[in-house]
Amino acid sequence: MLEARDITINYGARKAVTNASLVVQAGEVTAILGPNGAGKSSLLRALNGSLKPSAGEILLDGQPLNSLSRRTISRRIATVAQEADLRFPVTVMEFVLGGRYAWASMSAWGWETDDDIRIAEEILIETKLEEFSSRRMNELSGGERQRAVLARALATEAPILLLDEPTANLDVAHQAAILACVRQRCDQRGSAAVVVTHDINLAAEFADRVMLIKKGQTIASGTQLEVLTEPRLAEVFDIRLLVDAHPITGAPRITPVHEMRRDH
Amino acid sequence: MQGLIRQGNQARATLQRTLVVSGSLLALLLGVFILASLIGSESLPFASSLCALTGKSGCGLSPEQQAILLDIRVPRILLAGAVGMCLAAAGAAYQALLRNPLAEPYLLGVSNGAAVGTMVSLVFLGSQEWTRPAMAFVGALVASFAVYQLARGRAGASPERLILAGVIVTTFLSSAIVFITTLMDATRIRSFTFWLLGDLSGATTGLLTLAVVVAVVGSIVLAAFARPLNLLMLGERDAFDLGVEVSRVRLIVFIVAGLLVGTSVASSGSVGYVGLVVPHLVRLSFGSDNRLVIPAAAIAGAGFVIVADLLARTLIAPRELPVGAITALIGAPLFVYLLRKG
Repeated sequence: MLEARDITINYGARKAVTNASLVVQAGEVTAILGPNGAGKSSLLRALNGSLKPSAGEILLDGQPLNSLSRRTISRRIATVAQEADLRFPVTVMEFVLGGRYAWASMSAWGWETDDDIRIAEEILIETKLEEFSSRRMNELSGGERQRAVLARALATEAPILLLDEPTANLDVAHQAAILACVRQRCDQRGSAAVVVTHDINLAAEFADRVMLIKKGQTIASGTQLEVLTEPRLAEVFDIRLLVDAHPITGAPRITPVHEMRRDH
Repeated sequence: MQGLIRQGNQARATLQRTLVVSGSLLALLLGVFILASLIGSESLPFASSLCALTGKSGCGLSPEQQAILLDIRVPRILLAGAVGMCLAAAGAAYQALLRNPLAEPYLLGVSNGAAVGTMVSLVFLGSQEWTRPAMAFVGALVASFAVYQLARGRAGASPERLILAGVIVTTFLSSAIVFITTLMDATRIRSFTFWLLGDLSGATTGLLTLAVVVAVVGSIVLAAFARPLNLLMLGERDAFDLGVEVSRVRLIVFIVAGLLVGTSVASSGSVGYVGLVVPHLVRLSFGSDNRLVIPAAAIAGAGFVIVADLLARTLIAPRELPVGAITALIGAPLFVYLLRKG
């Protein structure tokens, strides 16, 4: 579906990402993990065409990304950002309907069709926001707002979802809810997702493939069991991490071993 | 009107609601127009004037009254409406484009840019009629461009930086205006200063026609871009991700808004606060969807300036106040109230 080949991104002299490759396939969730400043978000931005890589190419359904129009790309790839810029009062319904713009028959004028409304309503139910439909976005809690941002991306009906730290600033329950929703989409509708996250455990639970990046270099790429090993994680995060199996789910469970700690 | 104002169960703007709101505002505008043409420093007989307004002849007005009504007042009111429409539509567009509810042609330096352009054409380019709006348009665009470039950080132009850049450009251009003023003689200075504060009395037929055409066509074009503006309003990056051709929309909106402001300033000087207050009030009443806000603000803006002009020419009759002074007197306290509420 989406393929990145040997992507290098430079900000002037600074090398943000070097020779990164990634294949996004239907039904798969790929997690990109790494320390702050590793280049994860830059890579994600390159994947949806908002950042031009200095070298390498990105192919969407086999075609080079930079040969496609904005409209075409936004119908295939949806991006879930961290926070919405809410300086103007909009209702949740208006916000989510924004995702239907990619399917408008004209780039200017035009109102939403009945189909657009139906799709938006279905998604509000899927993301458990239907009771907030006429409420203003800035009246919602952080977790609810993030669900609305996800809902807007889902409203585009794009099969590829790119999520940039979707669980930052969310409580445990909301974190799980968001990723469960993404996981369900991939399992049931053949969508694909690429998730940049700081939460290694969430990645271990929900992702099919994991990519570890440090200072722009891909350290490892593969399944959780292949990639999330103690030596690899120590190399990437410069801290000792213990990896064992989650007693109930069996997924790798990562716990930091702190040097400085409260005496027990 | 109460039923049209946003209620808890109205989740979005629809075509039907837009048409109803716009239609109601248009009816109100017509009423304001008629009222303004009947009231003035010279009182005119009510029924005869109404009759004359509909274009009939032999209505019972003296030739002098007829002239006052049809040759002086009506053109002036039309100009006031055009100016109000230009500024309110441009204001609504700037606010959405720049993601800032405080963006306004005056605050952004665009009005002053247009004023400098007009002055340059008056002082240096002689009195060709068409050079005034052309130079005003150029001035408005140069100022918009300067503000945008000044405000660009690495992550694009944030709304805060834009306002700051706008203030810088406005104050710089104000000094340019003062400088050019010193090149004029004393009598011209006085009339010019008055004009700068908003003067609706001096437009020729050519400028009036231009102003009305630009106001209507420009507002329609801006309204056409309302849907992408709805997305841009919530974030440039998000709009891009959702399929908006951001650079293209930004360029077109900047140019059309610049044209609207330039035309308005060339015809009547700098009328402030209209582009700030009218869109804000419209949003408070009807929601933020630009497909409704832009047409509604355009119509309401026309009414606002017609009323302001009515006050300007009747408050201290037979003398006149500059209309910009009235819009500031109404607009500034309203703005403070809005700031405190929001």
